[in-house]
Amino acid sequence: MAFTVWVLAGTRNLFGVVVLSGIYSFLMATVMVALDAVDVAMTEAAVGAGVSTVLMLGALHLCKSEEAKPAHRPWLPLALSAATAVLLIYGALGLPDFADPQAPIHQHVSPRYLQNEIDVPNVVTAVLASFRGYDTLGETTVVFTAGAGIIALLRRRKIKRGGNEE
Amino acid sequence: MKNDLVLRVIGKLLIPFILLFALYVQFHGDFGPGGGFQAGTIFAAGIVFYALIFGLENARKVIPDRLVEAMLAAGVLLYAGVGVAGLLLGGNYLDYFALDADPIHGQHRGIFWVEAGVAVTVCGVMLKIFYMFASRGEDGRGEA
Repeated sequence: MAFTVWVLAGTRNLFGVVVLSGIYSFLMATVMVALDAVDVAMTEAAVGAGVSTVLMLGALHLCKSEEAKPAHRPWLPLALSAATAVLLIYGALGLPDFADPQAPIHQHVSPRYLQNEIDVPNVVTAVLASFRGYDTLGETTVVFTAGAGIIALLRRRKIKRGGNEE
Repeated sequence: MKNDLVLRVIGKLLIPFILLFALYVQFHGDFGPGGGFQAGTIFAAGIVFYALIFGLENARKVIPDRLVEAMLAAGVLLYAGVGVAGLLLGGNYLDYFALDADPIHGQHRGIFWVEAGVAVTVCGVMLKIFYMFASRGEDGRGEA
């Protein structure tokens, strides 16, 4: 994965960048499988590697396929992202160990979710659709809003387009 | 890509299974991994694959724009409607226990419809975005 990111950062050809980010998404999906988060892995593979690659290719079709030379040196953004990375890693050091049963997150509501009083074998679905139904309703509304925004931005009236062409 | 024989044959072979797998992920979401979000994206990916191979116009014949736009709203309405149904049957909003005499069965029923709503909206949005971008590309080619 690190290698993919390194090549990604160095590539100037945008077509290569799109393909590489698709590869990155697939690698990310395998990481998710390794973490036993198969639901997330499926989403990552379908959205990250599949649909968004197609959308990026569509966008690429509309513009040049070579990245323009940056107008100024990237030192300030680089320093900023390095600082954020250091801060995040420092924060992650304070987290409990991976899969530690004594971690606070396993003491609070997780036992109740896992008791599974509603008899749905897939705990992810149970939490997503039942215990946190309001959250998921909000998420669905966000997705809907994204679609509505795309329609509002990109739809062109046929009459107007005819006028532009003349 | 329309005239590539290999792609056409493989696409015809694979697309039914992609769509079937999406439905499996949808309806088996209670028992195995998966659910509305995953099923919606996989279904949309199948249609996008079809559009890539056979052209946007043919995909629009399969799933017309009006249907896609209706799907956007229908999913959210279905989800919210489950909540209202819970209200009408004497529970709280989005309270699935009220949906059936047997509470556990009610939960299953609620989750089923909610997941269906999520899948419909996600699939609709994915397809809409793809249609929008792809048709812009065609316009650009026409003008250039």
